[in-house]
Amino acid sequence: MSGVWRASLRRELTLIWRAPADVIQPLFFFVVVVSLFPLGLSPEPELLALVAPGVVWVAALLAVMLSLDGLFRRDQESGALDQMLSAPVMTVVPVSAKLLAHWLLTGLPLALVAPLLGYMMQLPASVLDTLALSVLLGTPTLTVVGAIGAALTVGLNRGGILLAVLVLPLYVPVLVFGAGVVRTALDGLPTDGLLAVLGAILALALSLGPLAVALGLRISAGD
Amino acid sequence: MTDPSARLTVSRLGCERDDRMLFQDLAFNARAGEIWQITGANGAGKTTLLRILVGLHGFYQGQVRWSRPLAPDLLYLGHDAGIREELSARENLQFSRALSGQSGDLDAALAAVDLYGFEDVPAGRLSAGQRRRIALARLWLGGKSVWVLDEPYTAIDQAGVAKLDARLREAAGAGVLILYTSHHRVGDGVRQLRLGAAGEGR
Repeated sequence: MSGVWRASLRRELTLIWRAPADVIQPLFFFVVVVSLFPLGLSPEPELLALVAPGVVWVAALLAVMLSLDGLFRRDQESGALDQMLSAPVMTVVPVSAKLLAHWLLTGLPLALVAPLLGYMMQLPASVLDTLALSVLLGTPTLTVVGAIGAALTVGLNRGGILLAVLVLPLYVPVLVFGAGVVRTALDGLPTDGLLAVLGAILALALSLGPLAVALGLRISAGD
Repeated sequence: MTDPSARLTVSRLGCERDDRMLFQDLAFNARAGEIWQITGANGAGKTTLLRILVGLHGFYQGQVRWSRPLAPDLLYLGHDAGIREELSARENLQFSRALSGQSGDLDAALAAVDLYGFEDVPAGRLSAGQRRRIALARLWLGGKSVWVLDEPYTAIDQAGVAKLDARLREAAGAGVLILYTSHHRVGDGVRQLRLGAAGEGR
């Protein structure tokens, strides 16, 4: 079973490595959207710092969502998904490897770039690490929850809109607490509690999410 | 890999799709060592039948019973062969092998389907027939006693067809139960199951 997991992870990383557009696109989107705000809004440092937590978080959330539509599509079109579903291992095994690879190459880069964008948005240096930490804790949840929607819509030709409708409401708690952590840090208040809530959401998503994704894929394959 | 107990019983099987009966009251028994050729017009439901048999398609009436849990025994080759264009022949086969729990030698299997020398070329740069051969290489990895093959002969050249015929007969001789869809007949003694033409039984 762990052999299958390792083989799956290696395959997913190779796949992304060979076709990096899927990874570069969300990161590019994230950077561009956040950089446009100072131009469109106003270069005033106080105003930018005020909106920065929300802007960075909304952009990160949309960037992850942008990457979801293609998560299972090519495996479905090529028939590789049917192979996973009819394999003697539980579907969760290759699926969780796929989710990890996806997060490593989309969510993690967002978390690494986030402090840079926060700095550009005039956030004080003292909250930049909190910003990075909140994105680091929040993006795996976004990947896993979004993957449930992607699994359910993979059989549809243009499932993009439906995917957004399904997934966005579930993203709201992550957005509220993610941006909330940064705002609390800006006010100089302790952030442990809010970070713990983000962590709790993540724990819930990690424990139940992959199972739901596997089930969603099976339902999609059924018809 | 011989397992005489692998047996399939299908009774009163029917499937409806888009308000149209694909097939109904289908019944047959298949046992180890038999080769079943499933024929029918385009749209007759061949692929759907195979997907029902391997448990991928859950919307049907009637019963499909395997004498023992299918997953560990199953080698399923879908209509789309599961080959990712970004990966080389070897990488594709390596993943299939890990996933299905087979243990045969990769190079030997690739050589058996005449892909020797192409094993590190991305599958996207190979021809349709060669891509099909990557998937077919799984038949040479061994360890499975039920083969369900959806159009294994598509895009395969004459020499390849002869080789595949021989492989299927050899496997059946060793006790593998084979169900496949194609208009090509492997040889004498192959059992045929013909699905009604599309629209029949409406």
